[in-house]
Order: sequence, then C-alpha cells, then structure tokens
Amino acid sequence: MPEIQVSINGQTVRVRPGSPVAVAVVLAGQTDYRHSVQGQARGPLCGMGICYECRVTINGQPHRLSCQTPCEEGMQVMTT
Amino acid sequence: MPLNKSAWEVLVIGAGIVGAACALELAKAGRRVAVLEQDCVGSGATAAGMGHVVVMDDSEAQLQLTDYSRTLWDELTAMTPDRHEFTRCGTLWVAADTEEFAAVWQKQALYQRYGIASQVIDRSELYRLEPNLRPDLAGGLLVPGDSVVYPPRSARYLLESCLALGGQLIAGRAVQLLPGAVRLSDGRVLESEAIIVANGARSVELVPELAIRPKKGHLLITDRYPGFVNHQLVELGYIKNAHSSEGDSVAFNVQPRATGQILIGSSRQFDAPDSEIDHPLLSKMLARAIEYMPGLVELATVRVWTGFRAATPDGLPLIGPCPNRPGLWLATGHEGLGITTSLGTARLLAAQMLDQPPPLDCEPFLPSRTARINEVSHA
Repeated sequence: MPEIQVSINGQTVRVRPGSPVAVAVVLAGQTDYRHSVQGQARGPLCGMGICYECRVTINGQPHRLSCQTPCEEGMQVMTT
Repeated sequence: MPLNKSAWEVLVIGAGIVGAACALELAKAGRRVAVLEQDCVGSGATAAGMGHVVVMDDSEAQLQLTDYSRTLWDELTAMTPDRHEFTRCGTLWVAADTEEFAAVWQKQALYQRYGIASQVIDRSELYRLEPNLRPDLAGGLLVPGDSVVYPPRSARYLLESCLALGGQLIAGRAVQLLPGAVRLSDGRVLESEAIIVANGARSVELVPELAIRPKKGHLLITDRYPGFVNHQLVELGYIKNAHSSEGDSVAFNVQPRATGQILIGSSRQFDAPDSEIDHPLLSKMLARAIEYMPGLVELATVRVWTGFRAATPDGLPLIGPCPNRPGLWLATGHEGLGITTSLGTARLLAAQMLDQPPPLDCEPFLPSRTARINEVSHA
C-alpha cells in the first residue's frame, strides 16, 4: 500500500493514506498532544471525537481533533 | 408562619449581580440583609451578560450612570482583579463606512465633554490593533478605560462580601408579594421591613404593573485562541440595532476573555417563547460576526447559551421606591447593561433607602417615571 508523508513537530513520518493524525503523532514518538491550562500533558482518550483531549495544530489551525482528522500528504502537525 | 422577623431589615429578591451589589451596599451601611435566590448566585441575566464594563451614551442619564459605575468597577477590582477575571481590554467601536466614521468624531467629542478618554482610530491603526477584522472598514473609536469581568464570579464576590458582613443567603423562590412580606413557592412567608425586587426579567411575576419585557439574547464562546482578538469589538451600528424596542436584531460584538477564549454576541429578541437556542437567529448573529471577522469561521465553539434581560421602554433601569407599594424597592430593568450599571445602581438605591445624598441625579431612574412612559406609549 502506498504511503504518504506528514510532519509532526518538524519530524517526517510515513503513514498509510487516511490514517488518523493521532496515529502519526504516536509514530513520531510523541505522547504529549497538548497541555492543559494548568500545564498537564493530554492525549487521546475516547478516540471518537468526544473528549477533545487529543487536540493538535494542523496546518496552523489550532484545536483540531487528531483522532478524527485523516492524514493528508504534506500535512504540518504541531503538538504543544 | 412568618420567618425570622427580626433577623434582617432588608430582603433582596435575586442574587444576580444587581441584587448582590445592592445587598453589599446596604450591609456596608450596617443594615441587616438577607438575599433570596431560587437558583445559583448569578445564574439569570448575569450569566447571559458578556461582562463588558462599558460607557454607553444612548441618553445623558445612561452616560452618567455607566461612567460612574465604571469608576466603581475600577475601585472594586483594583485589589482583586483575579476574583473577577478582570481585563482592561478597552472597547473598540468599529466604523464600517464613512457615515459611521463621522459618528466616531461625534462620539469622541461627547466623551471629551464628560472627561472620558477616547481615541479616534484610523484605518491603518485599526488593522494594527485588530488584524483579524475584514479589510475594508473605515476606522473606529478606542475607549481604553472600558474593561471586561466574568459576571457570575463578580456576583459571587459581591455576595460573599455581603455574607462576610453578616448578611444571609436564603434558597427559595418568591411567588407573591404581600404587604411587608414575600411568599415562597414552598409556602414559607418571609417578612421584612424593606424588600428589594432585583430579579430582572422575572420581576414582572411579582410586580405585574412594571413596564418590563423579557428580551432574549444568545451568546457563544469558542475554544482558546489567544491573540485572535485584543479589544472588546462592537460595531457602531450596534446602537441602532440593539436598542430599537421592537423586532429581533443582531450586532457584531466580540470579546477576548482572559482565558484566550472569544465570546461572541449579540442578539436581542422580544416575545421569545422559551430559552431554547433559536438557530435561525443564532445563524444571523454569527453571519454578522463573520462579516466583520471572517477568520471566526475557522474557530471551534465550546458552548452556546441564552438568557433573558429585563427591558424597559426607555432603556433605563428602575432604581427606587415602587409606586403605591410601601416598603417595596426596585432595582431591575437593566437590560443589556446590568453588569456595568449594577454597582452604580446599588449606590443610587442605597442612598434613597438610607436617605443620604445620591452620587447622581436619581430622577431619570425612578420607577414612578414608567407610569408616564406607559401613558405615552398607549397614547
């Protein structure tokens, strides 16, 4: 199956097309997807777009749900 | 059986921001105060307000009350800004076209006469201050002394200050006023020498002769986008849109919260049947906001809610004795300005109740004027 490349905090990761961004973040070795207001690390919990814990910045747009957003070629993803 | 006749001298109905402010003012003057609340503190119109502490100039009386109240907010929040989530973001009145920009100069001249600082902002300065506004606007007026608080927290602060002075909070719902007493839904009767009706749009349930109509408003809050908006932004057309006494209206009214969230208003609607979200009106409100700030469309919403404001025919609150009802006082009818004017209202009402010189002319706010308003509107 062909793979696409996405960037996670500047690190290139190869994934299958359609993989959730949350998966690419894991493949990049990241465990902290974002930080709460009090500075606690947060990551995917429900995996179905309800808990909002897995939010990341995708192509400059903050608060995107990484578990619900499929990877696209060249996507720039930033965790905080 | 009447309850605790000697425990308090003043009973305030409603622990919203207006009731809490009045209760504190009287407690500070040494009066024994009780506050009756049917829900949570600051859960009615207080929770449906943006918390914009703003000078408004629909009338001279409004300008004086809002300007005076803004000074009181500065004093109240000076020591404990965090208890109110206070931010001095200022108001930026946005002029869409040359006609509105002409009004900016008039507004500035008026503010200058009252010693209120304001600054005319040209187009290039407008985009430097607020890069996310749409590109073809004319300019604006910056009122740097305006600020923002989080109303439910401020109401709680005021009430807790009152309780610390010996005031008490009573849980219960007032259903009927009796001479010198209030009957609650559970049958209790609370007697009091003086009673203050401060329960906003619900005050007509207790005092049906009041010229108050519930005006419904919608608010929306986004996730955190720090720096997206820097000032409270209000379209200058707001004045003509929001204060017409008939018909639904929306206006561009966007506020940066201390958290980085963006609070979006505003809608005004008479005769709404319930507090449910009115999706066609909400769409209209958001379309207006996006028209001024196209980038808002990309932001994630956390919550939408509504509330009812108590609107009077002349847009001024009712502060003072209730005509033909001895011992009954009114502090209601604040519509969309209750957060700002709550503190001034408390001073004006307390001065009347304690027979002290008022800080401002009480006349424009006296409830007795509404009988005259009614005669005019039915003429």
